[in-house]
Amino acid sequence: MRGTIATMSAGLLAAGLALTPAAAQEDTIKVGVLHSLSGTMAISETTLKDTMLFLIEEQNRKGGLLGKKLEAVVVDPASDWPLFAEKARELLAVNKVAAVFGCWTSVSRKSVLPVFEELNGLLFYPVQYEGEESQRNVFYTGAAPNQQAIPAVDYLMNEEGVERWVLAGTDYVYPQTTNKILQAYLASKGVAPEDIMINYTPFGHSDWQTIVTDIKNFGSAGKKTAVVSTINGDANVPFYKELANQGIKAEDIPVVAFSVGEEELAGIDTGPLVGHLTAWNYFQSVDTSENAEFIAAWKAFIKDDKRVTNDPMEAHYIGFNMWVKAVEKAGTTDPDAVIDAIVGVSVPNLSGGYSAMMPNHHITKPVLIGEIQADGQMETVWETPGLVVGDEWSDYLPDSKDLIADWRAPLSCGNFNVATGKCGGKGIN
Amino acid sequence: MNVLRALGLIFMLVVSPAAHAQADEAALRGIITDFAISKNFRETEQIVRELSATGDPAAARVLTALADGNVAFRKADKAVFIVREQAGKSMLLDPLTGEEAGQAAGGELTKVKVNNGLRRTIREALATLTLASPNPAIRQQAADTMFAAPDPTAIEALDAAIEAEAIPAVKQHMIEARASAVLFSALPEAEKLAAIAIIGERGDRAALSLLAGYQARAEGALKEAATAAISNIQSTLALWNAAQNVWYGISLGSVLLLAAIGLAITFGVMGVINMAHGEMVMLGAYTTFVVQNVIRASYPELFDWSLAIALPLAFLVAGGVGMVMERGLIRFLYGRPLETLLATWGVSLVLQQAVRTIFGPTNREVGNPSWMSGSFDLGQMAITWNRLWIVVFALAVFALLLYVLNRTPWGLQMRAVTQNRRMASSMGIRTPRIDALTFALGSGIAGMAGVALSQGDNVSPDLGQGYIIDSFMVVVFGGVGNLWGTLVGAFSLGILNKFLEPYAGAVLGKILVLVLLILFIQKRPRGLFALRGRAVEA
Repeated sequence: MRGTIATMSAGLLAAGLALTPAAAQEDTIKVGVLHSLSGTMAISETTLKDTMLFLIEEQNRKGGLLGKKLEAVVVDPASDWPLFAEKARELLAVNKVAAVFGCWTSVSRKSVLPVFEELNGLLFYPVQYEGEESQRNVFYTGAAPNQQAIPAVDYLMNEEGVERWVLAGTDYVYPQTTNKILQAYLASKGVAPEDIMINYTPFGHSDWQTIVTDIKNFGSAGKKTAVVSTINGDANVPFYKELANQGIKAEDIPVVAFSVGEEELAGIDTGPLVGHLTAWNYFQSVDTSENAEFIAAWKAFIKDDKRVTNDPMEAHYIGFNMWVKAVEKAGTTDPDAVIDAIVGVSVPNLSGGYSAMMPNHHITKPVLIGEIQADGQMETVWETPGLVVGDEWSDYLPDSKDLIADWRAPLSCGNFNVATGKCGGKGIN
Repeated sequence: MNVLRALGLIFMLVVSPAAHAQADEAALRGIITDFAISKNFRETEQIVRELSATGDPAAARVLTALADGNVAFRKADKAVFIVREQAGKSMLLDPLTGEEAGQAAGGELTKVKVNNGLRRTIREALATLTLASPNPAIRQQAADTMFAAPDPTAIEALDAAIEAEAIPAVKQHMIEARASAVLFSALPEAEKLAAIAIIGERGDRAALSLLAGYQARAEGALKEAATAAISNIQSTLALWNAAQNVWYGISLGSVLLLAAIGLAITFGVMGVINMAHGEMVMLGAYTTFVVQNVIRASYPELFDWSLAIALPLAFLVAGGVGMVMERGLIRFLYGRPLETLLATWGVSLVLQQAVRTIFGPTNREVGNPSWMSGSFDLGQMAITWNRLWIVVFALAVFALLLYVLNRTPWGLQMRAVTQNRRMASSMGIRTPRIDALTFALGSGIAGMAGVALSQGDNVSPDLGQGYIIDSFMVVVFGGVGNLWGTLVGAFSLGILNKFLEPYAGAVLGKILVLVLLILFIQKRPRGLFALRGRAVEA
């Protein structure tokens, strides 16, 4: 009896296994989406997953890529940084995706770097970050500090006459490195150390009473004060609420935020925030025909007129189109071929210009400073006259001012030291 | 002849003010049309200054609208209007009189752009224009604005206003504004010293800021006077800062109290380690969200009552879930604390995922009713309304629980079961029923806490995780099963945390509190107020 059952089950198993290759994979190219859909960063990252699904559907409508349809593989690393690495490995090794679009916080990106290096995958990273990195397998379509933080500080210094600075951030690598760069930059502009106040809070911090009072006190020294905020995730909501409750107006102490966009503002009452600033390379309010088309198509896809667009979405738009163009140029999705083909690829951005992939794996972007409006949109109050090239090795830090990255042959190096003429200045290479 | 001349004079007297007024209005309108052709923020600022220079209070309306971003011009004829959004349409109002002047579709209008610098200029312009407003609050506001932005040319206007002012409080603000203007003028030193004295008397942050800015550029006797005034203000402010920290500690303590009090009961009475306690708080917060959604959709005028409506519902929801948990799971695990811990941990995960599936993983927006927004000043302390109400609520809940425990027969039975379960059972108390009701009470209180906490924190499925550790900390510190211990524990931990925070930062402050707590438990393992409770035996 047992023997019969065993043979029967073995037979069924074999049949099943035999059938699977036949019923097999339709010929699709898989694209991985690695964004937190739960946890403290879900407020920012969920819309990026939806953007990727939108872009993939649009591309499939145009006929797919290399004659095959694109298929999205979505995973949820749940704002858990080690889980990001596990999920990245799953996407590359198990699902065999051709490219991954994902990550938001720098700690999530740093967690996945070893995986992408080991399995030779491609990561398109759409978020503004602190620089000090250039990896062969990563394409940084978000802003480097010289494309966001430095112009924002320049605007405050020159247009608003700010002389005292509060650097408030979440406690991890991006705010800490950005603040190091900003401190060096401010020092180079003659700002004294006692005119700078630095403050870090954990992810999801909700009790901002003391810190906001400290900001008020710091701003009562007779000099114009501003807050440069690198606070990430949903801690921004109670922060802005507390600012509003304690009566801090943007005309008195403006707050410029680098990680707050239309998406983060969508869920809160922005009446008290009018006048506070954000610095990005794209706003939904940018008035160009490409942007109007994009917004209309996006709203039709997501079937919700109230959904907004923001800078990281534009970064994914640019990154995805660059990847598609590079794959078409190389004729294959093989990572090494794409890495060689993508440098120099230029695609239109949504603010009426073009964005090009540079040899350091960063792109060219315009810089826009905007003020928050009552409806949660940004009104541009200043912009760079032209495009700014992303510079990942900050010129203001002694460790990195001599470094450049150039992934074209023969240099093929992420941290080449021009002073010593050797590759391998710092960081993982 | 005389009659004619008299008539002529009367005519002139009547007509000329009207004509004068018309001429003023024409002048103002002439300046206002420039808003449509302004090419950048600097030009708009110029127009604002021109309007301010006319000294005509009629310009205040359009300037206020401009600061709020409500001034636009029609693309077709460049006519400038104040815009009011009403039911999806743009109503056009006359910039000087505010009368309705028609409607427009969105695409026909271009907004006049404003930025922060421009808003500052507008605010200062409004101050000079509204100094003679009939509304005393507006006059005081104008005086305060002029105090912070001293303008020596405004001394005459301020003198006239001070003469005419009847209300002493407003007069004082105007005197201070005049003093600040004097400080930056070319008047003799004696007057400036007097001005410094007046500003020093005012003693608040605005005064400090003004004097600090002045001191940097002053010399001699004036600099000394300014420095002395500054250090006076700073020492007063330091005292107020300490008081402010105590207040922050109290408000943090009230949050901890709310989260922990339910746990004090379940842990205290039954010795059950309930790892799902944070999820009860979360359920209360989501109940508030659902109630607010229903109100927003069907009864928008009830929004200010949404919290009052949500409270009993949250109690029932969380209490119900607690009772189900007790009857269905914990009852079978009495006397086995490790299993209870694991089982309730599992329940907490199940609850989190259930909420995630029903409501989605992203944060949900819970709004503050109008009486919970903003703040008021107590001396030099700013007290925010939402924190104040949370403190009041926490104390009310505490008082309610004390009442229930000490004055009701049910509370008597609960205390009996806590002290000696076997004896209580022998006296005829149905201990299983008491256990179930106690657990439901503790969970229900946590649900009510969730309603209050939803006002300050993000509402997400992970909300409970942020409070479970703090709740256990408070209960262990204060003494298990003792309500007064929980109260004292919560407030002392809150105040300790808030006093450490300015020096050590938020992250290190929390770490230090935990380390101190561990050391404390070494000395007094049963907490501050130990109670002779018993773990429930099988």
